[in-house]
Amino acid sequence: MRTEIRFAGFGGQGIVTAAVIFGKAAAIYADKYVVQTQVYGPEARGGSATSAVVLDDADILYPKVTDPDIYVIMSQDSFDKYGTKAKSDAIVVLDSGLVHDRPNCTYYEVPASRVAKEELGRVIVANIIMLGALVAATGVIGREALKEGILSSVPKGTEELNLKAMTQGFEIIEKIKA
Amino acid sequence: MSQLEFVQGNIACGKGAIAAGCTFFGGYPITPSTEVAEYMAAALPKIEGGCFIQMEDEIAGIACAIGAAWTGARSMTATSGPGFSLMMENIGYAFMTETPCVIVNVQRGGPSTGQPTMAAQGDMMQARYGSHGDYSIIALCPATVQECFELTVKAFNLSDQFRCPVFVMTDEIIGHMRERILIPDSVEIIRPKPAKPTDLPFGTDESDIPGFLPFGSGQRIHVTGLTHDERGYPDSSSYQRHEMLIKRLVHKIESRRHEIADYEIVNPDAKIIFICYGVPARTVQQLAAQDKAIGYLRLRIVWPFPEEVLKQFKNVTTFIVPEMNLGMISREIERHTAIPVVSVGKIGGDLHTAQELQEVANAYKTAGGQR
Amino acid sequence: MKAQVKEDWFRKDRLPHIFCVGCGNGTIINCVVDAVFHLDLDIDKTVFLSGIGCSSRAPGYMASDSLHTTHGRALAFATGVKLGRPEFDVIVYTGDGDLAAIGGNHFIHACRRNIDMTVVCMNNQIYGMTGGQGSPCTPIGKLSTTTPYGAQETPFDLCELAVGAGANYVARWTSYHVKELRNAVITGIETPGLSFIEVLCQCPTSFGNKNKIGEGVEHASYLRKNAMLLQKARRMEEEGKKIPPETFIVGEYVKRSRPVMGGKT
Repeated sequence: MRTEIRFAGFGGQGIVTAAVIFGKAAAIYADKYVVQTQVYGPEARGGSATSAVVLDDADILYPKVTDPDIYVIMSQDSFDKYGTKAKSDAIVVLDSGLVHDRPNCTYYEVPASRVAKEELGRVIVANIIMLGALVAATGVIGREALKEGILSSVPKGTEELNLKAMTQGFEIIEKIKA
Repeated sequence: MSQLEFVQGNIACGKGAIAAGCTFFGGYPITPSTEVAEYMAAALPKIEGGCFIQMEDEIAGIACAIGAAWTGARSMTATSGPGFSLMMENIGYAFMTETPCVIVNVQRGGPSTGQPTMAAQGDMMQARYGSHGDYSIIALCPATVQECFELTVKAFNLSDQFRCPVFVMTDEIIGHMRERILIPDSVEIIRPKPAKPTDLPFGTDESDIPGFLPFGSGQRIHVTGLTHDERGYPDSSSYQRHEMLIKRLVHKIESRRHEIADYEIVNPDAKIIFICYGVPARTVQQLAAQDKAIGYLRLRIVWPFPEEVLKQFKNVTTFIVPEMNLGMISREIERHTAIPVVSVGKIGGDLHTAQELQEVANAYKTAGGQR
Repeated sequence: MKAQVKEDWFRKDRLPHIFCVGCGNGTIINCVVDAVFHLDLDIDKTVFLSGIGCSSRAPGYMASDSLHTTHGRALAFATGVKLGRPEFDVIVYTGDGDLAAIGGNHFIHACRRNIDMTVVCMNNQIYGMTGGQGSPCTPIGKLSTTTPYGAQETPFDLCELAVGAGANYVARWTSYHVKELRNAVITGIETPGLSFIEVLCQCPTSFGNKNKIGEGVEHASYLRKNAMLLQKARRMEEEGKKIPPETFIVGEYVKRSRPVMGGKT
């Protein structure tokens, strides 16, 4: 089944990195068909950043995301741009400290940036917390696959930090679901 | 060990080049092709005899790639629209001097600076006709990241086999999107037919393709972009010499276009046949999976154009040609068939959707091919 | 293979050459061949390259592998050859139009990279092959078909340009100074890095006649008479004396050992 996922936030949050890690986890470690795309523009930091991943159990032909089933949103601006258009059966995983509105569909509030900064000491891993939350909330790929994807992507020496972030993401969703 | 990777099309082109034994990259960074150069900059210094150089412009990029090809290296450059325009004179030189080299063109919206970060297929005619004079080249059009790898390997082989520049005509969508690719343990490598030092450097047998000896082999070859004889010596004022040379250079490729041809046909008995290449082919494939009343021809090699293939569609009433330009290959198709050809050009960077193509197909299903 | 006699360096079946009566190019080619013969370079490991123009026909008369490329781009092609086979001796023949106009950017960058090759620029101050159009080296006031009222633009000083851009060896001579030129080419080939040798060269057909300098002999004699050693010119500059117009400053501008690209290891 085709699943479309939109990642959005602002430049510097690691939005594209998160999509690439997730795509790699799905393609290499979960044996899914995956297409990851991103929008290129002249902005590097502070501007909007977005990336999309399409997952399927069969060949993905049309590569672009048209009506996402899942959103990972890390800024109010990107919520305004994408989150407000989420279809009623979509799932939105949002950074609750940065996104103030809430969508008209299932959503999960993940205080990723706050937790990354206050509990892990590195705001940079907020995107990995969001990935943990995405996987725990939707089950689109297995947790082990995500872990492998993260380990094979992050710089040496940061594995422990990133796995902690991933686990934080799992736990935040588990608490919500409990 | 073959391995799975999750990479961008541009990186897959680089990996294909390395797998094919490319040892030289000369180029100039330009969006959206830059990742090819960046990959080669990292990979080539790790290979024995490998060399990456960032030149002062694209003219110099293709020039040094041609220079390196004459030392026997598998040599390449990569660029996009504006850089491709700058390369045109030296592409003609590579054709005239029968220099094997591979040019990856990650197409973006043009003309001029246009849309650096958006996809297009607007260089298809420039690839075929962009340099001055009569000539012929080979152009490959990948539609997946896996094909970026495979067709780059194939481009090197064709370039060596036919001793001509070969283009890998990708685009911003394929170049920048990531997919899983399988990198095999090894790839088939076809090097140029060797010559003997005593052979005339541009003398040929019935194949029309001279054997190749790199500089330093004792053949003491003179290579010139001027019209030349079999020895390589300039002879630019003779009507006959020029006609003979250019006809041979064109003929060596065009006479083998059906052997070079690389395509995929699905549902050839349909009345509505899409003809596609590159990334729009993915939308066509999606549509064909939903609508059994259509068929398609997908070209992996667009130039030289294999017009004989068009005869395989016995029931066709309309050819529909979606391209990310305002109709380029559709015109090439038109000149080879009496069947109506409908161009569905789309520019701006977005890909045709299945719904858009379905609407066009539906319109011609009922209209029975009448325009 | 090594040459037994100097003539082995010539592609004899290509002769006679296409240069005009009185042209200086033959003399310059002869000096270069003298230099490579003296250095006993391997013919099969030497590559001559060129762009487009009269000077650029020279590689066609060399017995080694040679690449006659597109207008202005010889140095870019040569960069590929040298990096492809660093053990080769790479020598580029070029002219003032080829090198300084259409190829100016490649010239600057080849000097900056200090890539290990020798560049011999036959500067006839004109586009000779195409009938005498003005070049970036046509002096102010001189006539050409595109400067019918006299050239108005300040010409390039190619040697100063090469020094500024970073070449390891830079010298200027004229086609009259055959011994100095030969020795400069020898030094140039021996010096790792980019060696740039500019040679003022008579072009009676397109420059000399039009500018009332005369035929080949008179034109060569004009180059000799107007040549001034670099040391003298520097001294005059220091003394605040004006160097007369139409002076050709000759000599070795620089010989140094900046880091080299593509050197033999």
